[in-house]
Amino acid sequence: MSETKKFLYLNRKAPYGTIYALESLEVVLIGAAFEQDVSLAFVDDGVFQLTKGQNTKGIGMKDFSPTYRALGDYDVNKLYVEKESLEERGLSLDDLMPLTYEDEDDDYAEKDSIRVVSRAEMAQIMDEQDVILSF
Amino acid sequence: MKFAIQINEGPYQHQSADSAYQFAKAALEKGHEIFRIFFYHDGVNNGTRLTTPPQDDRHITNRWVELAEKYDLDLVVCVAAAQRRGIADADEAKRNGKDADNIAPKFRISGLGQLIEAGIQSDRLVVFGD
Repeated sequence: MSETKKFLYLNRKAPYGTIYALESLEVVLIGAAFEQDVSLAFVDDGVFQLTKGQNTKGIGMKDFSPTYRALGDYDVNKLYVEKESLEERGLSLDDLMPLTYEDEDDDYAEKDSIRVVSRAEMAQIMDEQDVILSF
Repeated sequence: MKFAIQINEGPYQHQSADSAYQFAKAALEKGHEIFRIFFYHDGVNNGTRLTTPPQDDRHITNRWVELAEKYDLDLVVCVAAAQRRGIADADEAKRNGKDADNIAPKFRISGLGQLIEAGIQSDRLVVFGD
């Protein structure tokens, strides 16, 4: 399979109330082996997936948020977070985990993976994709 | 057109499985191709042959089986999602030390790579979920 497509994983749900976020991340990690052009989008309650300081002790579930930090090592380094979704929930970029990757094309400089975009920009990003997997 | 379909919700609980079935059936009747139907999240529960709805209701699992037999469809259940939810074929049951399997005929259990491949190989991937 030499063809490269633009894949967008669209994350819309909070990390723990349902399993969508965890199983979405599992697809991203498996999909990374296929060397496609991968982006992740976080909208609506999906923005909570990236918040820092997650603590799941009280609910008896595994805190899988550290996995997002590994995405850079899988060449998954375009994480688009919708600005309006953050604001509607009283969040800002400072509330999110710092996620970085090493840019091979820029002498392995450490760069931020998270890009906050407006709702209109998010629509444009979605429009550019070949495949959108919605979770 | 060549479609791939992803189903993220369980049968009866959610309309997603019904909508996906109606879409698949209509597409096939129009002469389109369906490369693969991939069952993920609770969607894996579409693939248990133990499904026993009331007699006057639609039988969602058997409906998939019949459509797959008619059009030679590839019905794939995600292995990781299936293990969590107790969906197993004979190999999976044996591997995990279980005393029974429950996968319906025409369904097969495979990995998430099958979903990515479906996205690559098809003209459109259509997701049915919540």
